[in-house]
Amino acid sequence: MEETIKFQLNGKKTEATIDPTQTLLWVLRNHFGLTGTKFGCGMGFCGACTVLIDNEPVRSCQLSVGDVAGKNVVTIEGLATNGKLHPVQKAFVGHDALQCGFCTPGMIMNATGLLLKNPLPTTQEINDGMENNLCRCAAHLRIVEAVQTASKEMKGGK
Amino acid sequence: MKKETTNNLAELRTDKNHGMERRDFFKILGGGIFIFFRPWNALDLTGQQARQSKSLPKDYNAFLRIAEDGTVTCFTGKIEMGQGIITSLPQMMADELNVPLEKVKMVMGDTDLCPYDQGTWGSLSTRVFGPYMRVAAAEARGVLLGIASAQLGVPVAQLDVKDGMITDTKNPKSSVSYAQLTKGKRIEKFLDVKPPVEDYTKFNYVGKSYNHSDAIIKVTGEAKYTGDIKLPGMVFARILRRPSHGAKLKSVDYSAAEKIAGTKVVRDGDLIAVINENHDRADEAIAKIKAEYSFDEIPVNDKTIFEWMLKADSSVNVVRSNGDIESGRQVSDKVFDSEFHDPYLAHTAIETHTALARLEGDKMTVWASTQSPFGLRDGIVRELGFPVEKVRVIVPFVGGGFGGKGEAQQGIEAAKLAKLTGKPVMLVWTRNEEFFLDTFHPAGVVKIKSGIDKSGLIKFWDYNLYYSGTRGSDTLYDVPNSKTTHYSQKSGGAPIHPFGTGAWRAPNNNTNTFAREVQIDIMATAAGIDPLEFRLKNLKDEKLIACLKAVADKFGYKPGKSPGGRGIGIALGTDAGSWVAHMAEVKVDKNTGKVQVIRIACAQDMGLCVNPEGAIIQMEGCIMMGLGYTLTEEVLFEGGNIQNRGFDSYTIPRFSWLPKIDTVILERKDKPPQGGGEPAIIAIGAVIANAIFDATGARLFRLPMTPARVLEALKKV
Repeated sequence: MEETIKFQLNGKKTEATIDPTQTLLWVLRNHFGLTGTKFGCGMGFCGACTVLIDNEPVRSCQLSVGDVAGKNVVTIEGLATNGKLHPVQKAFVGHDALQCGFCTPGMIMNATGLLLKNPLPTTQEINDGMENNLCRCAAHLRIVEAVQTASKEMKGGK
Repeated sequence: MKKETTNNLAELRTDKNHGMERRDFFKILGGGIFIFFRPWNALDLTGQQARQSKSLPKDYNAFLRIAEDGTVTCFTGKIEMGQGIITSLPQMMADELNVPLEKVKMVMGDTDLCPYDQGTWGSLSTRVFGPYMRVAAAEARGVLLGIASAQLGVPVAQLDVKDGMITDTKNPKSSVSYAQLTKGKRIEKFLDVKPPVEDYTKFNYVGKSYNHSDAIIKVTGEAKYTGDIKLPGMVFARILRRPSHGAKLKSVDYSAAEKIAGTKVVRDGDLIAVINENHDRADEAIAKIKAEYSFDEIPVNDKTIFEWMLKADSSVNVVRSNGDIESGRQVSDKVFDSEFHDPYLAHTAIETHTALARLEGDKMTVWASTQSPFGLRDGIVRELGFPVEKVRVIVPFVGGGFGGKGEAQQGIEAAKLAKLTGKPVMLVWTRNEEFFLDTFHPAGVVKIKSGIDKSGLIKFWDYNLYYSGTRGSDTLYDVPNSKTTHYSQKSGGAPIHPFGTGAWRAPNNNTNTFAREVQIDIMATAAGIDPLEFRLKNLKDEKLIACLKAVADKFGYKPGKSPGGRGIGIALGTDAGSWVAHMAEVKVDKNTGKVQVIRIACAQDMGLCVNPEGAIIQMEGCIMMGLGYTLTEEVLFEGGNIQNRGFDSYTIPRFSWLPKIDTVILERKDKPPQGGGEPAIIAIGAVIANAIFDATGARLFRLPMTPARVLEALKKV
């Protein structure tokens, strides 16, 4: 049964007339063409599909599009502003904190959510906050360094 | 270079350029200078097998093109899956042609545009493909110098090239750019030469560090992987999978599936699939299919597999041998006999196997996440009966391979479904399918008998390897009497592995290095000699000695006998033409058996290092990924039924595991480049096992070293 779902998507008011039980991940990818949000496991275990909903990092494979009615959804495509990379994106590039890049959007969204809640995390807090995002290329060392660098840059209130 | 490189890739891979016929090659690419190689020439260097050469096109394939705007495009059948050749190959190209790095673009993994390539594995891209690519570049440079010489009216010897500009050295005002020279021309050169040995010391870009050139589009979500491509009328497919590898379909009822809105059920023999424009609906529909199976399982599981292998009627091969084992035993003071067990492992790239297939007229185009675009093309030719020129495979960015995407079953499946339905079909394997259909790292057993004399010199080494591969099984140490015997599947015999196996990052070297380096440690302890000193004493290989000394220096190693309660381990090995040595420090919780790795250092001799930053990233990745097979990873199964099919039950390394990592790349600018994507993973199992022993006196012979196994080993101390 289709309904019109209204929500904020990457800073813009959006609506979709769609079956509200559809998985948010596939709606983002197929309906909105936002393919930066990746399918990794479909079970909420890997984090490749992480998006921000009202500034909270969540797994879009575990939500229905109806769940985000009235909420503010940000995907990897919505992070850069006016063509300028977000500090977390910039830090991932600067530290070469990726290899195949498939987990990267989820990592960046999760790290962004982490820094929104805790702008100056300790290494332990970064590890804890990123623990359930999986990277098979094993770029963990550089991802932690990137989050630290982004934290320093964002501290200025950017 | 960053943006341009990938935009160019995207351009060539967009919808409008699909299904390109070879005659369209020039139409689309326009003028310029093209350097071609015969495909079979390129094959010499990949050790191509005869069966695959049947389907080779008879024309030449382009290696590179210098366009009318002076940009250089390198065409390679290699693919980018995170190993970084999209960055390092342009460095080599820019140096050979004397052009700025940002002028070099890459077109990768497109079977219509790129030269034949066996596949991206074995850390071969830089060490084997690279030199051929550079011959093409040198040839192009020669052509350009020839035209410039005529145009400027001076001999070639009087010309100098810098940043794509050719200048008369006697009259610096007289110059012409590559772009000017190629304007309005179409020059084709066909080569049949082999690359000469190059002087690796004269380069500007090679040897310097560059960040990943694809990083920006990978942090913005712009980078396109196979699953990100959308075609008009595209449907999602799900395929009915049997519950275990020994199951056979008895009956099937898909009436309920057909009732899911928009669903079509497709069947071709054993291939039963549902298609739906909506991804979720395809998922729902496949779950509604009721199927019954008969089961014919191999009576073995993850616990009994090792005994199963040892009892099997195997094909026995002596791989290498020197001296005489019996005489070695007679002069030995102490003799050691160990048995090592290594389980099946899954690859678990975060991108599952994905393919999109479209049939237009008589031309099949398949986009796929594969390490072998030409292998997939040949597979489609073989299984669907298409002529080779009617199949085009395009590989966008690949979300991790590790050997698991050498086969491209999903591409053949998608092609079959596209042919059956007449629609573009997107097939994204689920994580469950990924864990079930994987070509696993094979389980194996290694039995070693060895002996040392009173002075601690190894006198014999009798190495027996069961059902794993021989890569990395070299003795490495200077042993007068040694023999390596390989027990493998007897041709025509009953299968030993209950499911498919294949390459897993540094295939089988992890198994062999684990066994060898633990055995070496056992002997060092028995000899009462520090394990570093014991290794140095028994090694003659200068490269391994240099790596050991470099890692000891980086680690700040202080000599001591093991077990010394410090938790420090050593291991070394060779892989893909490179040499590595590792040291690690661990803490072991004797109550829980949990191992925490504090730090790991690795020294690597990889010959000339093209992109040190990229090579270090690969080493760090190898080290961290290696902790998985060392501590937790293991496929659990009963017969052909894989029991752990998710990241909740198959544990790969996570952030909390991250040790301090130190890497050293030995300065070898005068030596040809060697492999860098795999070597640093091979010794992780051994270095951690030896560190656990040093910490606790507990010896582990079985990977992974889970808390339960560590506790079990502690009981025997």
